[in-house]
Amino acid sequence: MNWRRFGVVAVVIAVLFGVVIVIGKSQTPPLIIITSMLTTTIAVATPLTLGALSGIYCERAGVVNIGIEGMMLAAAFFGWLASLYMNSIFGFAPTPSLIIGVFAAILSGALFALLHAALSITFKVDQIIGGTVVNILAIGVTGFLNRQLFFEKNSIFGGNVPHAPGVLPSIRIPILADIPIFGGIFDQQPITIAAVALVFITHYVLFYTRWGLRTRAVGEHPRAADTVGINVAFMRYANVLIGGCMAGLGGAYFTLQSVSSFEPLMTNGRGFISLAAMIFGNWSPIGSWAASLVFGAAQAMQINLQIFRELIPPQWAFLQQSYIVGLAPYLLTMLILTGVVGKTIPPAADGQPYEK
Amino acid sequence: METPKEQTNGLIKFLRDSANALLIPLLAVLTAVIVGGAVIASAGGNPFNAYLGLFEGAFGSTKALSETAVWSTPYIFAGLAVALAFKGGLFNIGAEGQLAFGAVASALIGYLPDQMGVRIPAAIHIPLAVGGGMLAGAIWAAIPGALKAYTGGHEVINTIMMNYIALNLTSFLLNGPMRDPDPLNLSARTPEIALSARIPPIFAVLRIHWGFVLALLIAVFIWWLLWKTTLGFEIRTVGLNPDAAKYAGINVKRTTIITMALSGALAGLAGAIEVTALNYRHELGFSSGYGFDAIAIALLGKSNPMGIVLASILFGAMRNGATRMQFLTQIPVDVISVIQGLILLFVAADTIVRFIYRVRVQEERVTLTRGWGG
Repeated sequence: MNWRRFGVVAVVIAVLFGVVIVIGKSQTPPLIIITSMLTTTIAVATPLTLGALSGIYCERAGVVNIGIEGMMLAAAFFGWLASLYMNSIFGFAPTPSLIIGVFAAILSGALFALLHAALSITFKVDQIIGGTVVNILAIGVTGFLNRQLFFEKNSIFGGNVPHAPGVLPSIRIPILADIPIFGGIFDQQPITIAAVALVFITHYVLFYTRWGLRTRAVGEHPRAADTVGINVAFMRYANVLIGGCMAGLGGAYFTLQSVSSFEPLMTNGRGFISLAAMIFGNWSPIGSWAASLVFGAAQAMQINLQIFRELIPPQWAFLQQSYIVGLAPYLLTMLILTGVVGKTIPPAADGQPYEK
Repeated sequence: METPKEQTNGLIKFLRDSANALLIPLLAVLTAVIVGGAVIASAGGNPFNAYLGLFEGAFGSTKALSETAVWSTPYIFAGLAVALAFKGGLFNIGAEGQLAFGAVASALIGYLPDQMGVRIPAAIHIPLAVGGGMLAGAIWAAIPGALKAYTGGHEVINTIMMNYIALNLTSFLLNGPMRDPDPLNLSARTPEIALSARIPPIFAVLRIHWGFVLALLIAVFIWWLLWKTTLGFEIRTVGLNPDAAKYAGINVKRTTIITMALSGALAGLAGAIEVTALNYRHELGFSSGYGFDAIAIALLGKSNPMGIVLASILFGAMRNGATRMQFLTQIPVDVISVIQGLILLFVAADTIVRFIYRVRVQEERVTLTRGWGG
């Protein structure tokens, strides 16, 4: 990711923030709006950030993963289910229930990733078809279990959605959260903090450790890697599983951090958008995070415009239409893929099964 | 001159080839049904009763058969749409959005003349409404096609984005400008289309409509297009090897856009037929799930038009029979999505099926993963 790309990111985010500031400034001081927008942007970018990291682990190792959406959806459901079980059947307190839910989400992300790994590495299925299988199975399984468990009278929950244990409480990062005005940015919920930390951890792992070097070798030139004694299949399996854990944590965001309920198809394309963030970030963790923040800012604008609904001037009436404003992330994704903001280079062996 | 012996060999070869082509999909369906049975059993149901109910609900009476045909109709069109793109080396995940947009366009053309007080004879109005739906679908798919051809932006992500854009725009239209103004209306739907835009029913009492017959004819047409015309040859060549196609003088960019447009037109036709022959309006949410089902159908049918008709009838039968199954065994209809996912899994990973049943025959594969572009 070069500086020009970061420049593009900064300009787009500034424009999105600017729209909200111009509309809301008569009611709220710009500094407060900026803080609130930044806080929301970082928070709502969480699943995209984690989805992009998931894609990076898989694709750096040479496995295309369009199943991130399905992994997230499955994780969102099973994480939520685990927290309900813990809370309402085993009688755990809300916070421990939610933490167990997060681990269940990570595990289910990893399980669906294992399926994708088996399909694309062992069975050498076309990886896009393999990812689609993951997506369709995730929709089917979550839809079925959601209906079976919460709407059928003979189920363990008696045909009702039990009282949910709420959402993960936010954590104030010491010192940083006490900064006047901007402190709110550092008062975030745990999955968001983990996501930002994982961006830098992934950067370190990929570029400064033996594991990262081997991962990239397997994704760029598997034959060469094999020749020097790296186990290509093992490295690919391991990285796809790590990617699954990332997607799983991203899924937990939906039902354990953002809201405390599950709806079929609630991931709403975030898994696919995170692939665009990954591509825009040129398969680098920090770049992909920057791209995720652009999408986050688009969503934050939509959320904040709801607050300033009455202040929107009539000539900008289209901003009141959430369906129209909601198009922004999708259009942005397509624009990024056209390469108008510069060409990107995927790992050389991305998507190719390795035949020994 | 062929000797009689060679002719017999040819016949045997044909039968063997057909059997081989059907073998893996059939085994995949069988495996999915067995695993699905285990899922039903684990949910506390009796798999035999469930499948019996499913079969009864799908084929048990004239009405059931008619409903199965009704369910299968959009599947055939959308399955053909995905398969045609597959043949051209393109993965159209956007059938969902193209179908929705086709339905919206078709509904608009269907009700607007009546609102404006214009009378159009049915002989013009029906083709106009159906053709408008096809055109809308074609445009919706040609955009990702053109992006693929000229910028290399991967059609998988772009068609998915177009799905969400279509969903947002149809939500906007059906809640706003195109919403049914009837004071009793509480849902996001268009007004009913004019009588002159409706394809007349075949029977008065059954819901099976001419769309089903049209779907079968279109399947034959697509077979003819793919294997008997120059365009079909170009589409298949680009799908197998774009570099070779370019070297042979085929305009790869043009072919890519045409393939996507044709694919989108088929998906749009699915939506248009649902509006003009069955529902007489478009309602939000009716099309959800067709896009992914169509992918499963195209893969199950091995992108062969006849295979797709069979796969669509199977999927239509499952969707239709599921209600009866739920009534008899209290197993939610949604279990069908699990079974369909499993079918797709075993068809895609045919190596698993070959391993379980010790099948040795190999066949050619389509390559879709060719990097992300951008």
